[in-house]
Amino acid sequence: MSADTRAQRRRAGVRLWLPGLWLGLLCLAALAAPWIAPHDPLAQDLMLERLPPAWVGGAEPGYWLGTDSLGRDVLSRIVWGARIALVVALIAASAACLLGSALGLVAGYFGGWPDRVVSRLVDVWMAFPPVLFAILLVAVLGAGLHSVILAIAIIDWTRFARVIRAEAMVQARMDYVHSARIGGAGRIGTLLTEVLPNVLPSVIALLALEMGVAVIVEAILSFVNLSISTDDPTWGSMIAEGRASIHFAWWVLVFPLVALFLTVLSFSQFGEGLKDRFDPVLR
Amino acid sequence: MADLFEVTDLHLSLPDMTAKPLIGAAPRIEILKGLSFTLPEGKVTGIVGESGSGKSTLGRALVRLLEPTGGSIRFAGQDITHLPEPALAPLRRDLQMIFQDPMSSLNPRHTVGRIVAMPMKRFGRGGSRAEVAAALERVGLPAGFAARYPHELSGGQRQRVGIARAIALSPRFILADEIVSGLDVSSQAQVLTLLERLAAEMGLTIAFISHDLSVIRRLCAQVIVLQHGRIVEAGPCERLFDAPRSDYTRALIDAIPLPEIDPGWLGREVVQT
Repeated sequence: MSADTRAQRRRAGVRLWLPGLWLGLLCLAALAAPWIAPHDPLAQDLMLERLPPAWVGGAEPGYWLGTDSLGRDVLSRIVWGARIALVVALIAASAACLLGSALGLVAGYFGGWPDRVVSRLVDVWMAFPPVLFAILLVAVLGAGLHSVILAIAIIDWTRFARVIRAEAMVQARMDYVHSARIGGAGRIGTLLTEVLPNVLPSVIALLALEMGVAVIVEAILSFVNLSISTDDPTWGSMIAEGRASIHFAWWVLVFPLVALFLTVLSFSQFGEGLKDRFDPVLR
Repeated sequence: MADLFEVTDLHLSLPDMTAKPLIGAAPRIEILKGLSFTLPEGKVTGIVGESGSGKSTLGRALVRLLEPTGGSIRFAGQDITHLPEPALAPLRRDLQMIFQDPMSSLNPRHTVGRIVAMPMKRFGRGGSRAEVAAALERVGLPAGFAARYPHELSGGQRQRVGIARAIALSPRFILADEIVSGLDVSSQAQVLTLLERLAAEMGLTIAFISHDLSVIRRLCAQVIVLQHGRIVEAGPCERLFDAPRSDYTRALIDAIPLPEIDPGWLGREVVQT
């Protein structure tokens, strides 16, 4: 193995375990939220409003990351918020991935009229500004977690369709696709056994990236109050609330923002790491 | 001996997408302009020509990866010119192909064992681990190679895998499309020796496409010379080399590089006389 691939491998390793650590922690927090959150995320206590984080003077013991303007514990709300963020990330991104990849594969591999139909659909779809489209969809479908998930899947399948179409087109011209036909494989069989394994790394990298995007879109929708009810702890609504008090209680804004940032970064890096790991040439 | 392939007035044109007008169909480029020939069963036939002469296109039409636009191809008495894919499926076993670039013709995500076994399973020709090992052994590869990935093999080994995949099906016809042009000289010789031996052992009918006449001379019983999509000359190998009838064939023969060794290369003093 050359030094070059070894260096690449080490980078892929770091890219996998560092984001993996954060995402694992997040999953744990989401699953065990009722037990590990120190306080009820909805409990308001105006006597305890805007307490600073534990290491700043004037803090109250037990409120590690401080409280917001209604006296709710920031750490507990972040932990419960992870639940919503991850549910949206997993379901919405997977749905968008399935729909978009399937259409992209068919368009890229078969070409001809399936390709024209899918490509025009993608063009039309992408002409809508995505955030406005999401807001419109949620407004029509009614606020709630299921509409947020549906909106993300309906909007973001085009990302998968475009990239996977291009990849499938390249793969469809490779000689091993011809040789599968020579070897007696049918069109669908060739698509599934020859083309799909070669575009799978891209699908997975995109899926991880899309999970990050889904977390952001959910936060945006919460920020403009179109996700789930305002009381429920979502990172977006926390950021929206923190905005009002940024000059005298920065922690209400900063901690959910850091959680959001780390999560989105982890998803995208994890996807890249997985892509490298799946490449047999680098393995 | 009977003819396995009978090709009459074969035409093939492809649309030229670079010259496609905004509205309407793209103009078509004629690649094969009326070829008629036969391939005798059990013999190796060479197809030569410069790049762009249409030899690869002709090969791909023979195994029906491309559909001809005119003329007819008869394989073992059956007209396969416009046969749709489902009707072609049972014939596919007998129409095998070895590709020019073994790196791109072997799926990088599959092991060698799987690459060889899949067509065998599809055509009901076995495909068990032992049968794959036997197929690999026939081309001179150890059975342990079945677990490897194509990128772990050398060029010559990859091309052997390509040969193993084709012969494992005991096909009646194999198209070998420039199979040694990507290999270094010593691997070339080994792969050619292997193909020569297999052809003799199994009585294979092979169409051997090459731009290199020296390779053709070694392997083939008869030769078809192509230029710009037309047959310039065809005939038994020896006759063609000894008395080429066209200038084009003569030019191709003259283009065979002969080794000229300068004594200085070998570290010896050049003796001036």
